[in-house]
Amino acid sequence: MAMEAVPAAGDIVSGRGAGDRSGRARLVIALLGALLAIIAVFSLATGASDASAWGVIVDLVRGEAADSALSQRDRIIVYDIRLPRIAMGMLIGAALAVSGAVMQGLFRNPLADPGIVGVASGSGLGAIATIVLGPTLLAPFVMVLGTYALPVAAFIGGLATTLVLYRVATRRGQTSIATMLLAGIALGALAAALGGLLIFIADDRQLRDLTFWQLGSLAGATWTKILAAGPIVGAALLASPFLARGLNALALGEASARHLGVPVQRLKHVAIVTVAAATGASVAVSGGIGFVGIVVPHLLRLAIGPDHRYLLPAAALLGASLLLLADAVSRTIVAPAELPIGIVTAIVGGPFFLWVLLRQRGIVDL
Amino acid sequence: MIEARDVSVSIGHNRIVSEANLAARPGEVTAIVGPNGSGKTTLLKAICGDLPYTGSVAINGRDVARTKPWELSTLRAVLPQATSLSFPFTVREIVRLGTLGGRTGALAGEDDRLPERALAAVDLEGFAGRFYQELSGGEQQRVQLARVLCQVWAPVLAGEPRYLLLDEPVSSLDIRHQIAIMEIARSFADRGGGVVAILHDLNLTAMFADNVLVMHRGRAAANGAPQEVLSDDVLEEVFGCALRVGLAPRGVPFVLPQSVFA
Repeated sequence: MAMEAVPAAGDIVSGRGAGDRSGRARLVIALLGALLAIIAVFSLATGASDASAWGVIVDLVRGEAADSALSQRDRIIVYDIRLPRIAMGMLIGAALAVSGAVMQGLFRNPLADPGIVGVASGSGLGAIATIVLGPTLLAPFVMVLGTYALPVAAFIGGLATTLVLYRVATRRGQTSIATMLLAGIALGALAAALGGLLIFIADDRQLRDLTFWQLGSLAGATWTKILAAGPIVGAALLASPFLARGLNALALGEASARHLGVPVQRLKHVAIVTVAAATGASVAVSGGIGFVGIVVPHLLRLAIGPDHRYLLPAAALLGASLLLLADAVSRTIVAPAELPIGIVTAIVGGPFFLWVLLRQRGIVDL
Repeated sequence: MIEARDVSVSIGHNRIVSEANLAARPGEVTAIVGPNGSGKTTLLKAICGDLPYTGSVAINGRDVARTKPWELSTLRAVLPQATSLSFPFTVREIVRLGTLGGRTGALAGEDDRLPERALAAVDLEGFAGRFYQELSGGEQQRVQLARVLCQVWAPVLAGEPRYLLLDEPVSSLDIRHQIAIMEIARSFADRGGGVVAILHDLNLTAMFADNVLVMHRGRAAANGAPQEVLSDDVLEEVFGCALRVGLAPRGVPFVLPQSVFA
């Protein structure tokens, strides 16, 4: 079983209330909330147009007041381009980080991440299938669901992958880390192969849609897309706090969690659906954005401990902040062109993941 | 009372427990002893509701198979053999999980200090801020016991006795803590609760148990007070070695492994 590296103990070891990190966790959550607000305003005010931060805030507060501090052109940029993009970034960042944290809690394993164990690939397959087969085989599905077709298909793909993964990796209430990672590789490869097959039969226009989707960018964020993915992500985020106490108990193992009174089967079902929904919706709108789900919960466990009551909301806030930062980097570093955001998170997240592995190599029994 | 009647458990094609009967009364420490692989843990798991079984198990008259986890959690707490963690929880955070169901039975406002009190009971005062993963096996076992004690802090709640189910609670402890933990079990029973413990140490069993179930090849080979059950014949039949049971002061039987050479 993998062990999360133990942080330097420091001030929580001794004294009254020793070992109780809830006070610190609440403080960190408040700070993260403030950080997110600052980053959001900062993102709103940066970009190719020179609308100033102050002007934007004044305008937002005043609404449609006549003596606006912004020009008409700046207003369009802020309301129709930057604002949906920031809303989308926060939504996706929170979804990725929370789905990572929930999945790690479910598998009792700090290395579980939808991107690593094939769930994101499964969601991707669902998305590709909708784009390629939408006009033909899946026409009724697309017709009924409209703009929701893509996120729902990605959700179904992610759900199927998570269910298979859990079945394969868990036996008699114990999850094997090696089986989980290897099964994840197999499922990811299978999903990628099926996706490749679909791309092979796609026509030119579909190929262009696929390429834009796969690049994993927030550039295409529109209010329509947010309305499509938002409810699914929102439901997953709202469900996650109700999982927190159960996931804490589950850290002791399935049997011990049940002995503590947790309805383990229901907890697992809700957790799997939550992970699949959050991953599916984010993959549908922004392609593959890797490593947020593993980096954010890991950093937070070092800072406030693994108690999911605090970890989940903190992960939502930090995930949203980090994705906004990554997006800011992606649209400024090679301006006026844009780097796909997935590249930015992978460049930072890949080495981080290796660092986590190296630090705990001795205690991960692979 | 915990009452198991004709309980049989099969895993795959192997029948691990066959028609075992057990009655654990409140106020008593019930010990389950027997050789490795005799079905002790499997029987305990059936009683916890962890494994499918045939026969019936009831706690205070409630059928375990048909009672919801949260309701069972108010009636009994279970100490597993060993628990490893993948996340860096502190000792206090682990012990506090015992209060999750909110039916500890501690006085109002006492719940917050319960982890510290439970840790003191298992002789781990001052360990609250340590990381669970950094502790030795014996210390981890005592942390888990503190968590389990929190869950059923009051041995009797609303007039109903509650139970501690302990799977080898002293297996990785030094002699001082073996005795200390058995005294906690004894005191829990003396205050009106019930205890079922799987034990390997026949002397601790003789010292602390009121009722002993000897398991052998999945069956209950003997059941009764230690003085009746721990006899030369039973031990020879069950463990397959010619042990001689002696009698210590106050009529407590004792078994020396050296007696096989006699």
